[in-house]
Amino acid sequence: MINTGLAAIFLWAGLEQGLGKLLDHGLSLLPPAWRTWATIVVLVGVMLGVFASLFALSTLLERKGLGRMQNRLGPNRVGPYGLLQPVADGIKMLTKEDIVPRGADGVVHFLAPLVLFAPLTLSFAVLPYGRHWVPLNLDAGLLFFFAAGSASELAAFMAGWSSRNKYSMLGGMRAIAQMISFEMPLVVASLSVVMISGTMSLAAIVERQEAWLWIFPKWNVFTPWGLAGFGLFIVAAMAETNRSPFDLPEGESEIIGGFMTEYSGFKYAVFFMGEYFGMFAVSGLAVTLFLGGWNAPLSFLPASFLWFFAKLMALVLVFIWVRGTLPRVRVDQLMNLAWKYLFPMTLLNLFVAALWHYTAVWRAPGGLALRWVLCFAAIAVPCAVLARAMMRSHKWAPRVYRFGD
Amino acid sequence: MQITFYIFGLLVIVGAAGAVSLRKPIHCALSLAVSLAAVAGHFLLLGAEFAGFAQILVYVGAVAILMVFVILLTRENTPGEGLGVGRWMIGAGVAAGVFGVIAACALASKAVWVASAQPEATARGIGEQLMGAYVLPMEALGLLLTVAGIGAVVVAMPDKKVL
Repeated sequence: MINTGLAAIFLWAGLEQGLGKLLDHGLSLLPPAWRTWATIVVLVGVMLGVFASLFALSTLLERKGLGRMQNRLGPNRVGPYGLLQPVADGIKMLTKEDIVPRGADGVVHFLAPLVLFAPLTLSFAVLPYGRHWVPLNLDAGLLFFFAAGSASELAAFMAGWSSRNKYSMLGGMRAIAQMISFEMPLVVASLSVVMISGTMSLAAIVERQEAWLWIFPKWNVFTPWGLAGFGLFIVAAMAETNRSPFDLPEGESEIIGGFMTEYSGFKYAVFFMGEYFGMFAVSGLAVTLFLGGWNAPLSFLPASFLWFFAKLMALVLVFIWVRGTLPRVRVDQLMNLAWKYLFPMTLLNLFVAALWHYTAVWRAPGGLALRWVLCFAAIAVPCAVLARAMMRSHKWAPRVYRFGD
Repeated sequence: MQITFYIFGLLVIVGAAGAVSLRKPIHCALSLAVSLAAVAGHFLLLGAEFAGFAQILVYVGAVAILMVFVILLTRENTPGEGLGVGRWMIGAGVAAGVFGVIAACALASKAVWVASAQPEATARGIGEQLMGAYVLPMEALGLLLTVAGIGAVVVAMPDKKVL
């Protein structure tokens, strides 16, 4: 069993190299003037195709997974085990009527889904998928990622405002407030990785994690600051992509669909796809920064972009799991979490990262363990104390239903 | 490269023209965001990656959002009556003055034009400059922002006597 698995992994790694060589060879046959453009077309086509299929797969996974968690079956009518459900959904979305409210601001209403979607696909360009599969290795790749993501805030506002609908407007305002608040902890949490790696190029950050302790990997998540940073990053990422339990901008039980209320047909599909693409992008960034990117989980396994996508899908599964588990937070709880908990803790994490960096000279036996304990305590104790203090400031009491008695 | 330069240039000019001529304030703000994003495109054409991305992150991601928020929170969303001729003249005078000063500065700095064809503006270089030669201005800016942040918190804090 294990042997077959190992054989399959090595076979795949060989195939991947062969595929890369074949692609290089095919491109070298073209005249030099076309080569750049052909590379761009191939890259864009492959990326859009791969992520669109992942989108279809994760909608199905999400509906099936949520179904299991809520003790029901989930979609099982279309195709075997409901596997063709995404296809049916896609056809439904494409053929639905595109309704624009009479009072809506036509141009802005039309542009909002595009402004949301286009920058998100741009952010895929800087993610390093494999050692030789880095579409665009920028010196300031991390900054590019956040710059591309920041346009989606404007898109949420455009959608909410142009619909001329109070629920849309409320949803848009909530979306902006939430995205701006959680962008701070998200950026600062990734800054700790930049501090340690000394570069903002995402491919270089993955290469720095290509070290082994015996057969175990030295990914950033296996350091105290990395562990804390990863946790803070994932919570902020959940809020940044409007995933449950931070799905207030949609909040279907309060404001119908938030800024997407007045969208139908394919425009709604674009918003929906944008949400998933945002989740993939930010999960991909988490994999790159903390989980070692394309590196294998054990030293004797070959590196491959398969690991990247495996880690990415594992994170997506965690997102789905959390959505099926936690209830939605309130607006005030959301803001308290962002500004009074996540942001100070990410700032503290920068100091812990510096402590880890400067204690690297300890060569004494047991020095590593001591460093670990010291740095872990430096971030874990404040986290726990602050959480307890924030919980204590609330007055817990049995719930009183004022309108029910 | 030429054609991208003209596309971005056109976007800058059209966006800026829209920002001062459109009737709804929100449209003006969005139009300004287009113009600012196109300026980032120019930075990228010049090889200044860091400045381009920072421009998008700060101006499109934060300043444009701040503008639309302020417009929404301060006034009714109706087109204004327009300004009188006298104010128009003052505005035009101020704009011409600012443009003149910037143009004079740009023309006076001829040495920059021939200094280097491909400047090395990497993130590391910018960071080293900020933390080395320009550490004092950066610290002063940090202090200013801290003061502004504290001020915002004080303004936003609920009044104890009212509660």
